[in-house]
Amino acid sequence: MIRTPLRPLARILEARSNGENPDAIERENIRIRHEQMRDRARKRAEGRLFVLGIMFTLSFVLIGGRMGVLANSEPTEPRSSVAGAQIVAQRADIVDRQGRILATNFETHSLYAQPEQLVDPERAADELVRIFPDLDRARLVKDFTGKRKFLWIKRKISPEQKQAVHDIGEPGLLFGPREMRLYPNGRLASHVLGGASFGREGVHAAEVIGVAGIEKEFDARLRDPAQSHEPLRLSLDLSVQAAIERVLYGGMKLMNAKGATAILMEVKTGEIVAVASLPDFDPNDRPRPPTEGDPTDSPLFNRAVQGVYELGSTLKIFTVAQALDMGLVNPTTIIDTKGPLRWGKHRISDFRNYGNEMSVTKVIVKSSNIGTARIAQMIGGERQKAFLEDLGFLDPPPVEIVEADGAQPLLPRNWSELSTMTISYGHGISTSPMHLAAGYATLANGGRKVTPTLLHGTTTAPGPQVISEQTARVSMDMLRKVVTEGTASFGEVPGYAVGGKTGTADKPKARGGGYYEDKVLATFASVFPAHDPEYVLVVTLDEPVETSGDEPRRTAGWTAVPVAAEIIRRVAPLLGLRPQIEPGELAGITLTSN
Amino acid sequence: MRSLYFILTALSVIGLAFWAYHENYETQEALSEAEDLQTQISDARQRLRVLNAEWAYLNRPDRLRELADINFDRLGLLPLQPNQFGRIDQVAFPPEDTLLPILDPIEVSETEARP
Repeated sequence: MIRTPLRPLARILEARSNGENPDAIERENIRIRHEQMRDRARKRAEGRLFVLGIMFTLSFVLIGGRMGVLANSEPTEPRSSVAGAQIVAQRADIVDRQGRILATNFETHSLYAQPEQLVDPERAADELVRIFPDLDRARLVKDFTGKRKFLWIKRKISPEQKQAVHDIGEPGLLFGPREMRLYPNGRLASHVLGGASFGREGVHAAEVIGVAGIEKEFDARLRDPAQSHEPLRLSLDLSVQAAIERVLYGGMKLMNAKGATAILMEVKTGEIVAVASLPDFDPNDRPRPPTEGDPTDSPLFNRAVQGVYELGSTLKIFTVAQALDMGLVNPTTIIDTKGPLRWGKHRISDFRNYGNEMSVTKVIVKSSNIGTARIAQMIGGERQKAFLEDLGFLDPPPVEIVEADGAQPLLPRNWSELSTMTISYGHGISTSPMHLAAGYATLANGGRKVTPTLLHGTTTAPGPQVISEQTARVSMDMLRKVVTEGTASFGEVPGYAVGGKTGTADKPKARGGGYYEDKVLATFASVFPAHDPEYVLVVTLDEPVETSGDEPRRTAGWTAVPVAAEIIRRVAPLLGLRPQIEPGELAGITLTSN
Repeated sequence: MRSLYFILTALSVIGLAFWAYHENYETQEALSEAEDLQTQISDARQRLRVLNAEWAYLNRPDRLRELADINFDRLGLLPLQPNQFGRIDQVAFPPEDTLLPILDPIEVSETEARP
């Protein structure tokens, strides 16, 4: 480009000759040049703004368009990631301590109908009733021909039933996939497992939620997708549980009892190896809660945890253990057992008259109410209450099933001296057999508190020392003597050195006003082997009566003890416990005099 | 010179485009194969779960007990008893003369010398 000179010579000369100021020409030229520069700069700025505007518009359109696409398209899983493969089931399995399945999931189908699409509603109803006899034909026809657009016919159907419905050839009958909870062992451990049912339901899927037992307690854990591939491992042992349920059922029938419960617990860990409550139910087809009658007679009622009963003389050992621990008595201390013991208008008497005085060991072996009440008087109510609290008798049992929270023990409102005396032999306080098992496990564990649990392998810190190890050992010796020379003589199982305490409690009348004469609750709480305790077994029979003799016998020694002995005989080998020779008494020097 | 440069550029663009499409198709193929495998895995898991459930159902204690009762004549199965536990020192040593004499001894040095 050729620049125009600011002072063109021709024009300057011409101006000079005309007598004009040549500087005016220069100024004029400078002005023109500035105007040109300004126009160029403006044009360039406008161009830049235009390009910038286009870029912004394009990016807004792009982002807006992408947002629209994302909002309107169907979500899909990323194809390349492998995260989807981890989720294998909607709900985690439940297994026993050896990994055998107690609860799992199963694919089935649900059946629903869209009446608008039915070709021949009458025929469809006929065919459906033929396949599912429990359906009501009149009602189906009414639903199919009415205004309804959708109805569920069956929540769960088997593959055979599905094929049969397919064969009807009706386009209005449709299937949706369903995951159902399956308990392959049927009635086994039904009270622990509880049961499951459907929550929110859709055509393509339905929530499976726990309704009772451990299924409900761990509902969130079982449904957590991150943990669904890890089964929940219980402390139960399938084969032991099956053996106990079988023997207990036989014992219950033989002793004409209306209900029975058994708890087998590991002493050192508090893990419950088996817990049975009869009558039981099938969790695959959980019955509805009864609307009338006594709820405690329902098969749904878990006697082991929910049943709070006066457990009778089985509690005596705790009174004696406390007195021993406090140094009030020793096993040979002589207690006055002259009966009956009167306290106000109340009188305490023994099953038989055992004479006027007995040693503490004899009080336990012969199960003297009077003797135990006298020992409790020495201890006093406050300390007794504190001790029972330490053992966990005053709170609901800490077992991981949802029913446990409701099993609040029944205590006297006013812990008077009379209450102290009756509680010492197990009357006036109602606790569950689970409490009793935990208490006996604490005694057997060298006095360290044992917390019952249903989960396997959860390591917990050892509990606090409730009584001294020495006292615990002396109590074990006493329990052993109950079997060798006392009320539980049927409980002897060769090789397993069973120790235990019987308890026969009269059942209180439901409407209040005293106790039944001929209805008892027989309990046997046992520990084996007594010299090196491994397991605690509590067996309770509800209203047993043994009729092989001349007159009906109801005491625990004749009813619960033989059942418990049979359970130990069957179960101890399954637990891998070898029969052992009991260590004998040390040969001491016997003082003789002539 | 310049035309050669243009031709080379064009060829390389075509080549790169071909390569890119090729990679794209391979990725698609790999993805659909992965999807197939995922489906197979989930089917296999599904089957495994059904088989596990069936195994548990067929091994339920009630059924095993009934089978043991039915086949008592052949199997003679009874519940485990405490007296069935044995101790290792109750097992007798086999009598010494049951060991047969060795008829074809092998020289150790010979086996070592062998290649």
